[in-house]
Amino acid sequence: MVSQPVIRAENLDLTFQTNDGPVHALKGVNLTIDKGDFVSFIGPSGCGKTTFLRVVAALEHPTGGSISVAGMSPDEARRKRMYGYVFQAAGLYPWRTIRGNIKLPLEIMGMPRDEQEERVERVLELVDLKGFGKKYPWQLSGGMQQRASIARALAFDAEILLMDEPFGALDEIVRDHLNEQLLKLWAATDKTIGFVTHSIPEAVYLSTRIVVMSPRPGRITDVIENPLPRERPLDIRDTPEFLEVAHRVREGLRAGHAYDD
Amino acid sequence: MKSVLPILTVVAAIVVMWYAAAIGMNAKWAREQAARQGVELGFTELVADTWSQDRPRLPAPHQVLEELWNSTGAKILAGKTWSKRSLIYHGWITLSATLAGFAIGSLAGILLAVGIVHNKAMDMSVMPWAIASQTIPILAIAPMIIVVLNSIGIQGLIPKAIISAYLSFFPVVVGMVKGLRAPGREQLDLLKTYNASGAQTFWKLRLPASVPYLFTSLKIGMAASLVGAIVGELPTGAIRGLGARMLTGSYYGQTIQIWSALFAAAILAAGLVGIIGMIEKLMLRRMGVRT
Ligand SMILES: Nc1ncnc2c1ncn2[C@@H]1O[C@H](COP(=O)(O)OP(=O)(O)OP(=O)(O)O)[C@@H](O)[C@H]1O
Ligand SMILES: [Mg+2]
Repeated sequence: MVSQPVIRAENLDLTFQTNDGPVHALKGVNLTIDKGDFVSFIGPSGCGKTTFLRVVAALEHPTGGSISVAGMSPDEARRKRMYGYVFQAAGLYPWRTIRGNIKLPLEIMGMPRDEQEERVERVLELVDLKGFGKKYPWQLSGGMQQRASIARALAFDAEILLMDEPFGALDEIVRDHLNEQLLKLWAATDKTIGFVTHSIPEAVYLSTRIVVMSPRPGRITDVIENPLPRERPLDIRDTPEFLEVAHRVREGLRAGHAYDD
Repeated sequence: MKSVLPILTVVAAIVVMWYAAAIGMNAKWAREQAARQGVELGFTELVADTWSQDRPRLPAPHQVLEELWNSTGAKILAGKTWSKRSLIYHGWITLSATLAGFAIGSLAGILLAVGIVHNKAMDMSVMPWAIASQTIPILAIAPMIIVVLNSIGIQGLIPKAIISAYLSFFPVVVGMVKGLRAPGREQLDLLKTYNASGAQTFWKLRLPASVPYLFTSLKIGMAASLVGAIVGELPTGAIRGLGARMLTGSYYGQTIQIWSALFAAAILAAGLVGIIGMIEKLMLRRMGVRT
């Protein structure tokens, strides 16, 4: 079976014009993400990970090169609601309950009410927040809020999931649990996932491919194919294969830094 | 109820200072009257006199309270609630103009704010005018509004309501614009990823986010409305309303009447602002804001 590219970036440039002069957030980025891929982006702060995800989501427009999402321009893909985006901050509306927050995209998309309810129940269970639907965001811990924001992105079942450090603020145990859940979800749904992280083990555990980036200008320095099987129990992280991949990612990050000095 | 004690302390201090000031300001008149009758006033007599004159420069608190009671509660008991000497009657006249003006002003303010936030041309053009409108002294413009409207046969409540609205729309515009623009970039981006329409962004994000700002402005707007209604009663010899009471009081040197009308206005303002505060609390609680 030939897999079709879901995201294809060719020679992508993005330069922000700021008061202190131009900032090259992305330079000459080439990347193809196939359907069903789980691609992690890793790299030091300011290397353009968020910017790349925002370009895919049509929240930012490239200043050079080309990018297509599901064979369309990012803007068309956005209008067709091809992706769910999980922002770095949970960004729940304080005046809506958790249930109301998860319903937000469904309301906007004009889904029938009973289907809204059904989906909310389903994703609440998926992120382990069953029974918290009636609470307001401030009544939940930071980790629970982040899970609610993931549930919100999952609720409308987009083909592509773009996640910007969704677990960055969570403790190790919750993080492990959510990583496991995310893998399960991905295996069950065949979604294509773009995932930004600062954690090497997280990237290796989750992804089929790991994109290593480096800053000034923001560019891709290495793309590592992950040979681990798709079925991954948590303790796969103690196997030599896992450590081998993690080692390669670390090498890639170090190489990017050396280039920087 | 921890807040009661400090409040009472402040009130007590004000009352004490007020009584002292009444002695100082009314002593001259008391001495002159005594000298005319050829009597020498002792200190206690002087104090008693300064606190009980008919037309004092500064009436003592109990005189104002007595007048307030006589023109409100006592009138009700006497079945003359709506008589020309009843502050309830005059207060109602002012209140109705205030409420009408507040409604017009708030609505205009909200609509203008929505326009400013959604339309670049309005953003550039309306705000300077709104600010300019507030730099014109209301005392200069109020008589013109009343005279112009009077000449086309409109009098009574409407001209006063317009002056009220003129004063109250401004804080509402400013607060509401700020509130509608409160959502940050990430919140707007989130809706963009859902391909939400402008109307959906307004109803689901901007409007709810603006509620706390709106209520703050409404409180200021309500107080401004009352000032507007009173100012609207001052020119052209109005005979009804709290403003008219203050004006006729000053014609005849009825300081006690002026002060009691002032107090009635202050009580009215406090009540109106308090009601908005209560609605705000209920509303925010319904919106799930922790209180
Ligand atoms: N809207 C903007 N205007 C100007 N410069 C920007 C803007 N957004 C990002 N940048 C700059 O672009 C570069 C890349 O930023 P980006 O947010 O993509 O980094 P990142 O890899 O996500 O970093 P982090 O790991 O800290 O989140 C940075 O130098 C940043 O300052
Ligand atoms: Mg980032």
